[in-house]
Amino acid sequence: MRPTCIDKVFELARRDPRVAYIGSDLDPPLVKRMNAEMPGRAFMEGVSEQHVVGMAAGLAMEGFIPFVHTIATFITRRCYEQVAVDLCLHNLPVRLIGNGGGLVYAPLGPTHLAIEDIAIMRALPNMTVVSVCDADEMKRFMDQTLDWPGPIYIRLAKGYDPIVSRADLDFTIGKAIVMREAAAALDRVVLVATGVATTRALAAADALAEDGIQCSVIHMHTVKPLDAHTLLDHAAGASLVVTIEEHTVLGGLGSAVTDALVEGRPGGVVPPLKRLGIPDAFAKNYGSQDDLMELYGIQPPQIAQAVRDGLRRVPA
Amino acid sequence: MANDVALDARPASAPPLDERSIYLRRLVVRALDGGARGHIGSSMSLIEIMRVLYDDILRFRADDPDWPERDRCILSKGHGCLAQYVMLAEKGFFPHDILDTFCRRDSILGGHPEAGKVPGIEASTGALGHGLPIGVGRAMGLRIKRSTARVYVITGDGEINEGSVWEAALSASKHRLANLTVMIDYNKVQSAGPTAEILDLEPLADKWRAFGFAVSEVDGHDIEALRRGLRPASPPADPPSLIICHTVKGKGLAFAENDANWHHKSSIKKDLVEQMYGALETR
Repeated sequence: MRPTCIDKVFELARRDPRVAYIGSDLDPPLVKRMNAEMPGRAFMEGVSEQHVVGMAAGLAMEGFIPFVHTIATFITRRCYEQVAVDLCLHNLPVRLIGNGGGLVYAPLGPTHLAIEDIAIMRALPNMTVVSVCDADEMKRFMDQTLDWPGPIYIRLAKGYDPIVSRADLDFTIGKAIVMREAAAALDRVVLVATGVATTRALAAADALAEDGIQCSVIHMHTVKPLDAHTLLDHAAGASLVVTIEEHTVLGGLGSAVTDALVEGRPGGVVPPLKRLGIPDAFAKNYGSQDDLMELYGIQPPQIAQAVRDGLRRVPA
Repeated sequence: MANDVALDARPASAPPLDERSIYLRRLVVRALDGGARGHIGSSMSLIEIMRVLYDDILRFRADDPDWPERDRCILSKGHGCLAQYVMLAEKGFFPHDILDTFCRRDSILGGHPEAGKVPGIEASTGALGHGLPIGVGRAMGLRIKRSTARVYVITGDGEINEGSVWEAALSASKHRLANLTVMIDYNKVQSAGPTAEILDLEPLADKWRAFGFAVSEVDGHDIEALRRGLRPASPPADPPSLIICHTVKGKGLAFAENDANWHHKSSIKKDLVEQMYGALETR
């Protein structure tokens, strides 16, 4: 996903003279490639996130579409005021590429985990928040970044993640993708996920189908603006809605879905709801991304179990 | 350094304020009266800097604020915006009577300037330490577009406590942005007290030289000195330039000069307005 994203920046820069790239201290090959072919539009500015975001704003004010790339937690937390004021208040078409969203940097500890990035980015007016599920979907998404107004936060996963997206389902920023549609059944469950959590949700849905539990899987690649229409459509009459995210349960996808369900009341009721994600605590463990996802209960068997438990708790 | 311009920079050497400087300050008082609040000291120290920029230096078209070849003037110390608002009114970006609406609910003129709302404002500032990074980006963008427009960024002194200013300084120097001029309104008093006590900036010129800027120092209330500083006999060939403007906080209002208590005032009443007009008349 990361190499694909970076390759797409290069391709877009070739196609459109407005595209610029600013790295902090990552991906020197892209800067070399861009400057060899289109000198002057790629920069490596050092570990100075506040400056880099302000500089991107300045370039955007001059008509450019800058892609800024560094580690997800630093491009969100370190320069939050610059993102809010320089990008969102001015509503500029800057694209923030957050490398290693979620638990990707598990072995490096809590300083490097971006577990609240979606929450703090979606709290900002004018910001669009996108978390695709694999490299193929990244390609389809990146093609749409040239004409999307305002800033976008792009959350990257680890890379080389299994391909689960499908070209035939298309991709539109702000439009959820129904990856799997539950057949009509007594208990109909809706799983809503974003990023690589969608991959886990699909695997959980497969396992549950073997038990006779039917799940729809909604891939909410764009967490903001949230596609409430698709969500409410599927949640109407559901026995259970479960959100799955590689993110704190505070303020991310689960919160956005809860807000939409409580306000939208599909079919006149708020369906039973379970939010799976990272608890409100800093990580105490290292290991791998998968290790921590298991610890936090967002791997497929645990998602499936949460659904079974949730259905048992739902009054008949 | 070869590019440094040695000028007598002591504020005490400044000639008395002339009629235009008094008039511009009266316009600031008019806006303070309209809004019943505002950054008094921070605006008064800036008047001559903004006056010389708009009267003598900047290229702009008031009837076409987005004219591509205009110079970009970014007031990074956004709290000094009254000094910029009066110059924008003077140049015809908006009528003078808009000054009376300062800070009112539906006004275009807030306590900090907003791009897209006020014609002639290039960036929404107020949060400190944002103007220089934005200015570096704009200067880079103009260079890529081969534009001859220049970028001017005006910072405060307390403002450069912010680390983002120094991050941007490294970058401006690395890219040798000759189309960028930074001016520091060095009135030596920030909101809580003297800069020398809060977080001393000295040796300020040496710091900027060490960051790769061509540094000059001027009396920030001396019109001729500012003109010379902004139009040096031999302009720097390629490093970005920085002008330390030695100023007096609250300049022109004797009772408020060099006093942090006049950084900002709210609930300004008519008697204070009259006191300010009176102080300007007796200069």
